[in-house]
Amino acid sequence: MATQQTRSLARFMMAPSVILLFVWMIVPLAFTLWFSFQQYNPLNPIRDGFVGFSNYRLFYDNPAFFAAILNTLTIVLAVLLITIIGGILLALLLDQPIWGQGVVRILVISPFFVMPPVAALVWKNMIMHPQYGVFADIARFFGTQPIDWFGQHPLTAVIIIVAWQWLPFATLILLTSLQSLDGEQKEAAEMDGAGFISRFIYLTLPHMSRAITVVILIQTIFLLSIYAEILVTTNGGPGYASTNLPFLVYQKALLEFKIGQASAGGVIAVILANIVAFFAMRAVGKNLDK
Amino acid sequence: MARAVTTQHKTIATAAAWIVALLIFFPILYTIITSFKSEQEAIQGFALIPSGTTESYAEVQAQSGYFKFFLNSVILSVGSTILALLVAVPAAWSMAFSPSKRTKDILMWMLSTKMMPAVAVLFPIYLIFRDTGLLDSRIGLTVMLMLINLPIVVWMLYTYFREIPGEILEAARMDGASLWNEIIYVLTPMAVPGIASTMLLNIILAWNEAFWTIRLTTTNAAPLTAFISSFSSPQGLFWAKLSAASTLAIAPILIMGWFSQKQLVRGLTFGAVK
Repeated sequence: MATQQTRSLARFMMAPSVILLFVWMIVPLAFTLWFSFQQYNPLNPIRDGFVGFSNYRLFYDNPAFFAAILNTLTIVLAVLLITIIGGILLALLLDQPIWGQGVVRILVISPFFVMPPVAALVWKNMIMHPQYGVFADIARFFGTQPIDWFGQHPLTAVIIIVAWQWLPFATLILLTSLQSLDGEQKEAAEMDGAGFISRFIYLTLPHMSRAITVVILIQTIFLLSIYAEILVTTNGGPGYASTNLPFLVYQKALLEFKIGQASAGGVIAVILANIVAFFAMRAVGKNLDK
Repeated sequence: MARAVTTQHKTIATAAAWIVALLIFFPILYTIITSFKSEQEAIQGFALIPSGTTESYAEVQAQSGYFKFFLNSVILSVGSTILALLVAVPAAWSMAFSPSKRTKDILMWMLSTKMMPAVAVLFPIYLIFRDTGLLDSRIGLTVMLMLINLPIVVWMLYTYFREIPGEILEAARMDGASLWNEIIYVLTPMAVPGIASTMLLNIILAWNEAFWTIRLTTTNAAPLTAFISSFSSPQGLFWAKLSAASTLAIAPILIMGWFSQKQLVRGLTFGAVK
């Protein structure tokens, strides 16, 4: 059907996008890989040179490294858990006939449009501040000691903030999926005497599985690279309590100028992302075939 | 009887939904309220009614020049979006209308470039930008944001274009329409809604991008994300000022976002959920 001419035209039209993305992916990554085997310190150029795997060793021996990997995974898993479960519950609630549904939807979706540094600073200062925050006001109202969120539970605090940002996204997508569920099927199940729970497990949940897959994929991409939220709230601390892999790499590269180690960390971050992506992409690819 | 149950059900659901929605919206609402308080008021404990002063807004503009950052945000997000569309429209178009065996692989590969963690390439990009004089320049950052969002733009356009029936083109051709007429009268009207939706979502994503915009700028090209981050180390009483600055930073995109809920679902799920 497609002639030789249209096919070459198609290639020509695709070329700019493909070439741009290819260059953008491969050039910096090649640099990073090269730096990861080099000793390179802009402040001390005398000792530069090839050092084999020692950057990986140094990164590996750094106690912050395991903390960072663990924190990265904790953030991803905790936020996924909160947003998926919370999102399903919220979607079920918003799917009910309610007055003012349009306004409710707008209120619920709003946090998604708040830029990360604003979200983090608002939570840090207006909500979780141990002296002037709303949580502290509530604690004082009940006569208890306000919690010092960023001092005592820094990772939990970051997770709460990030979950607040992504819950609306999960809710909106799951709600959209829920609303495309065939009404007749629901009625038929009801007529057959299926209760709310069994209707949910056997009808609603399978229907939403595709949407849930997509939510997991998209959120994982963004959650693996949480940065601004940590920068403006805890700065990775206290100690390494809330340092994730992106933040550790940033610290090594731009604060300590240990480029070799930072690059090794970057390569590890890429490998980690690829492992996650491999599974996620397969799931999405399968779903898109349907 | 059945009707009474329905009304009761609706009342309970409505109450529950509104409570949850207001709780979720509360941090934003309270920030807006606090922005209309004086600094003294802002730290005097929980209060939902502000005195209504706008002194914080005036001070934010006077002290840090909010408007310059706002302008940069507009230039960067709109500029990078238009640039991305220029590159992506032909690509998505050819993928949708003359797909080959490899089209899907190319699309998946494009998506996979989004998976690369930005930090992994932070230093190389930093070096490239420094050596080419692009650090803290609007042009450099515009190109950066364009590259970051290009995969999503291609994907989104592709899902829209794919829905334009190919037969309609053939019909137009049979009626003797020239290629030019075909583009102007048949294709454009059908493609514009998809392009507009893509543009809207992409502006939102670019506006809120908070890694490169913070790391690659200092003053000249700094958008609102960098402006807000400068509030991370508090100096004295700054709650009302922080609130005013935050409100200013999110208001334009919040309003745009409200109008783009449908496009958001579609765009960010690559057409898998509609």
